[in-house]
Amino acid sequence: MAERVAIVATGQTRHTAKRLDVNLRELITEAVTRALEDADLRIQDIDAVFLGNMEPFEGFMFPELWSVEGWGGYGKPAIKFNTGGTVGTTTTMAAYYYLAAGLYETVLAIGFEKQSEGHTQAAITTVGDPIWERTMMAGAVGNFAVMASTYVHESGVTPEQAAKVAVKARRNACNNEYAHLQMPNITVEEVMQSQMLAHPIRKLDMCPQSDGAVAMVLASEAKAKKLASRPAWIKAVATAHEQQYMGDSPKRLAIMRSQVTASQKVYKAAGIANPRKDLDVAEIYEVATYAEMAMYENLGFCERGQGGVLIDQGVTSMEGELPVNPSGGVLSANPIGATAMIRVAEAALQVMGKAGKRQVPNVHTALATGYGGNAWTDALILSSR
Amino acid sequence: MMGRVVIVGAVQTRYEPRKAHQAINELVYEVVAGLLKQTGVRMQEIDSMVTASQDAWDGKTISSMSVNEVVGAYLKSEAKVAADGIQALIYGAARILAGAFDYTLIVAHCKESEGQPDEITKVMFDPFCERPLGLNDAVAAGLQARRYISVAGIDSRALALVSQKNHRSAKRNPLAQRSGDYSLDEILAAPSFADPLTELMAGPRSDGACALLLASAEKAAAFGDRAVCIAGMGNSTDSYWTDRDLSEAEALRQAAQRAYTKAGISPDQVDVAEISARYAHEELLYGEALGLWKREELSALLAEKNPLRKRTKVNPSGGPITGNPTTVAGLARVAEGYLQLAQLAGDRQVPGAQVAVAHGASGVCGQSQSVVILRRGNA
Amino acid sequence: MVSVQKVEAVKEALRVPFRMKLEFDYAMGAHAERFFHALRDHARILGVKCPACKRVYVPPRPVCGICFVETRDWGEVSDEGTLVGCTVVDLPFIDPMTGERRPVPYGFAIIRLDGADTAMYHFLEETDPKRMYVGQRVKAVFREQRTGSLQDILHFRAVQG
Repeated sequence: MAERVAIVATGQTRHTAKRLDVNLRELITEAVTRALEDADLRIQDIDAVFLGNMEPFEGFMFPELWSVEGWGGYGKPAIKFNTGGTVGTTTTMAAYYYLAAGLYETVLAIGFEKQSEGHTQAAITTVGDPIWERTMMAGAVGNFAVMASTYVHESGVTPEQAAKVAVKARRNACNNEYAHLQMPNITVEEVMQSQMLAHPIRKLDMCPQSDGAVAMVLASEAKAKKLASRPAWIKAVATAHEQQYMGDSPKRLAIMRSQVTASQKVYKAAGIANPRKDLDVAEIYEVATYAEMAMYENLGFCERGQGGVLIDQGVTSMEGELPVNPSGGVLSANPIGATAMIRVAEAALQVMGKAGKRQVPNVHTALATGYGGNAWTDALILSSR
Repeated sequence: MMGRVVIVGAVQTRYEPRKAHQAINELVYEVVAGLLKQTGVRMQEIDSMVTASQDAWDGKTISSMSVNEVVGAYLKSEAKVAADGIQALIYGAARILAGAFDYTLIVAHCKESEGQPDEITKVMFDPFCERPLGLNDAVAAGLQARRYISVAGIDSRALALVSQKNHRSAKRNPLAQRSGDYSLDEILAAPSFADPLTELMAGPRSDGACALLLASAEKAAAFGDRAVCIAGMGNSTDSYWTDRDLSEAEALRQAAQRAYTKAGISPDQVDVAEISARYAHEELLYGEALGLWKREELSALLAEKNPLRKRTKVNPSGGPITGNPTTVAGLARVAEGYLQLAQLAGDRQVPGAQVAVAHGASGVCGQSQSVVILRRGNA
Repeated sequence: MVSVQKVEAVKEALRVPFRMKLEFDYAMGAHAERFFHALRDHARILGVKCPACKRVYVPPRPVCGICFVETRDWGEVSDEGTLVGCTVVDLPFIDPMTGERRPVPYGFAIIRLDGADTAMYHFLEETDPKRMYVGQRVKAVFREQRTGSLQDILHFRAVQG
């Protein structure tokens, strides 16, 4: 039998457009220090470290080795992942498997990015295959706009509904001291009048580019029970990929085979029959407003074509039946190498009852997702039990 | 002791200076298809994949996107390690030990020919103090080699002996990129790579890929002698290269100790060691850290008819000095160790090999170190 | 003794500029080469079929990811197809192949060619979002001078469905 594994502590930086007061190494240290303080541990208590980052955004190879003193890595086993938007969840899942295997008892997982230091658009463009896609790429925005158009066609969602997603995210972010974009007075009209980037995506429909880091302490069962009064147990993890090229998936966002597969896998493993009822909160990797609504459908929060209705009815608002992204989500902070792990950390905070002003009452079961590359999906279920 | 994960197959491409006829997905498909053929396992039985590649070398953000489909990851769980493939193998073993998967496919690829190595390796270095000086992998290797031979009290002739031995061994390895009977004078007189290393003391730029299949103990029985046990694994991280003594490999010592302890094996039981030594001095430094010899024995061991052959046969494949791309090199060491213990190593077979040590490293002057210990049989 | 002082907060926020030289020379491989020969020499678009599920793949590739069966039969697909998704990009954008700023606005779409089961990205001649829609019929406009790259297709133009 595999060991049970839990998240027992988290630490984040204040995510922001440019952290000019710290270098990458110091940025990592901030998150790690906070996570260790949260667990009341010293770095000496950590058996191994799992790191995630998208170094093309900083123009680096092995940034984690250059910054080793920043995360106390000397003499420790450490492994580094780079999987695009999912890297934070991929890294968390690796920590989970090593702990479940009984190889370690207490580990650190870290996600970090200083997007301000490199050329984000260029780094995203080279996601495209050099022979088949790169000349045609239009960065994350052009790609998402094309996907959004398909989703709009399939589901009939409107720009107003998309704007409501943007408003929900940025208002929720006001309760999150770590969020990059906090906009208490944002309105639907403001979103709909913001700059058009690529039809139908406007500036406020898109996530920002951020500098930021996150760290979590994960532990095996015996340790977890000592380190936290209410650990966030990892009940299930799953990953699913698409085929090689961007156009291989029949309807992209609208029918994301990978996300349907990964979420169904974790629901089954965690005994979740009706995600809208059985989940208490979700922290999803939404990237753009239209994507969030499409993901409601892919994740089984509603029937096909009902993503817009869900937002109209407030089902996913803080007061709704299934709050989605109380943290403000990716729309409110996106340090890419950290983003997906922030979803997990925020879901863990909710389960642990430590989410402060953004706490949803009585959270027992939470979903966290990662998304990146060509519809690459990770999904995790966290539980108080 | 671990003993719950086995390797049931390993396939490498030929290593070549430039595989101009293959795109990366075709290169990787070659080893994956070869592995399925070798093991008789169908892709439908494999639900887990861990790959290794580097965005900077591939010139592509999220380099694994080029290979997800050809490693069979459609709707399945693949993760990409941005380090040497030996780390992917260790993670893959953890996935099986966790009871999550019966099989895990491990693949590493790199085409060093497609980018500009001296520019690419520049971005491993400190952006504030070092990049302005134009440091790259070659310069760092030269600095380390000089430091090492000075402290160890040997000369560049010792480095030439390592090169000579490996290029001779590589004659028996049909996958090797460079092999031959070089004289010591030829090696010493070759064009300078980064003093004191000559071009024949440094692995050539290379294209290639490597794939292994891991299986749970339950699945192992069906593979008979073709299942080789992963007896121990260890990894450790050193300080950044300017913060440590480059004539030592402390992280490797730590990684090796962890692996030997888990395996319940001591260095004097090792029959074959496959060491990731792209540069000649690394084989001497890393062999010492793996406990295969002591530094004071070096001069005597190098003077033997079979240099460095105490008990353990070191790099019967020829090793990375004969041509293995970065990222693939360490995983290829595990593949070679596997082939030896499964008695599939052909002309380079070490007779009766029971225990093999495979080593991989990542980062500037081997900052991240990994060791995998293999034992014949699936017990 | 060295006196221990806490580091002060930054005043100037000094930075080090670094330019990464990113020059690559990608091997196309056998599948792309066959495709681009046909495109360059005959203005034809080829796909390759999975013998198991019969899906026709454009871009061509060694293996069908769904069946994990090697692809085999090659055939021509149409130069006409349907928009799966479309947009007009207004955000100024650096062309990764040239380093030059690409003029905006431009039409950008994902297109499924008749006879293919997968879709691919390309540009649209149209730059007005009101005059493009998912499901619209389009046709490839080939360049006169073709060199063996996807840019041998200038863009796709709307046609009467």
